[in-house]
Amino acid sequence: MTQEAHTYTNQEIFRLLATIPDPEIPVITIEDLGVLRSVTREGDMVHVCITPTYSGCPAMKMIEQDIVSLLKEKGIEKVKVDMVYAPAWTTDWISDEAKEKLRRYGIAPPEKATADKSAITGKPKHLACPRCGSKNVEMISQFGSTACKALYKCLDCKEPFDYFKCI
Amino acid sequence: MNQNEAHFNYILRLADTNLVLGHRLSEWSGHGPYLEEDIAMTNIALDMIGQANSLLQHAAKLEGKGRTEDDLAYMRNEREFYNTLLSEQKNIDFAFTIVRQFLSDAFDFHLYKKLESSKDETLAALAVKGGKEVTYHLRHTAAWMERLGDGTEESHARLQKAWNELWAYTADLFAMNTSDRELVKAGIAVDNETIKSAWLKTVEEVMKKAHLTMPANTWQHSGSREGKHTEHLGFLLAEMQYLHRTYPQAQW
Repeated sequence: MTQEAHTYTNQEIFRLLATIPDPEIPVITIEDLGVLRSVTREGDMVHVCITPTYSGCPAMKMIEQDIVSLLKEKGIEKVKVDMVYAPAWTTDWISDEAKEKLRRYGIAPPEKATADKSAITGKPKHLACPRCGSKNVEMISQFGSTACKALYKCLDCKEPFDYFKCI
Repeated sequence: MNQNEAHFNYILRLADTNLVLGHRLSEWSGHGPYLEEDIAMTNIALDMIGQANSLLQHAAKLEGKGRTEDDLAYMRNEREFYNTLLSEQKNIDFAFTIVRQFLSDAFDFHLYKKLESSKDETLAALAVKGGKEVTYHLRHTAAWMERLGDGTEESHARLQKAWNELWAYTADLFAMNTSDRELVKAGIAVDNETIKSAWLKTVEEVMKKAHLTMPANTWQHSGSREGKHTEHLGFLLAEMQYLHRTYPQAQW
């Protein structure tokens, strides 16, 4: 049942938007990912703030459209989606539950706190294969199927897999 | 030039370098030496074009004349572009592409670190974001520098050749005009002189691993900060801007 647009609280709108799946990794939502930042009002205009994972992430445009169309379905027509850049998105915002969802989906989740790595010598850490759990893995490429992932191979079960890079 | 115009112009310098180099890299799409590297180069291109997009939006807002990021990317002519000379150099071969990218990544890496404390809050935020991305780019290109330089006779020879030719565009990376210096005083811009030694340290570290030597001829090109470019930029813009100028209302 649809409510009148003005009767939704900001919190309710946030909860609605929190169900939108990420277009590239549909097992997690834009809230799990930390892309959905806030919902505020200015008169009857709803302001939704989102932050990009990577500067050139092509999924951002799609997320913006998903937000506008979901709210339209709920009778909320006056929506403005703003892109915020500060604080910069970090993989540390991905919740532990979401990391587990990523792992089950076949993507090795990002590890915590990465700030200390030096630019040139930064070696990838000891990740585990999301399928068999082996730590006997090898990086194939720093850049994978999307900007946020690197490509790895498990040397035990021989399966290639994506690793969600820490930034 | 008043401070706002200078500020607009400074952001253009950063945006244009990202846009032009991102476009150059995107020319490799479908032509990479193997699939993973093809994807890596286009990923880096995507980051750079994304950074250019955010910076051009910021520039358009500063200018306040109703132009959009697309107007700035597609409707300006060659002499109105302020990208570095290095960024517009042609791909030639994989070694050239890697040297060009490495020199530029090393510069951006140190520049973004400093820009994080700019008084322009939007620029500072974009520098934090861009800096995280550039860290990955630099790691990738530095690894390739070592691999090519320490690889076969041919890979080393090609890398050294690219190094000798592209080194002549490195002084231009640091070029600043008088308005930039005013912006440094205002806490908005970075004084490029202050990142020179850190950049050189990164460069020399990698040169050593790649067994590269400095070219005998140290003559340097200049001019990009005033919008004076090598002949390659015009051709690049012709291709990049063609669609938008032919079909001005075209939308995705």
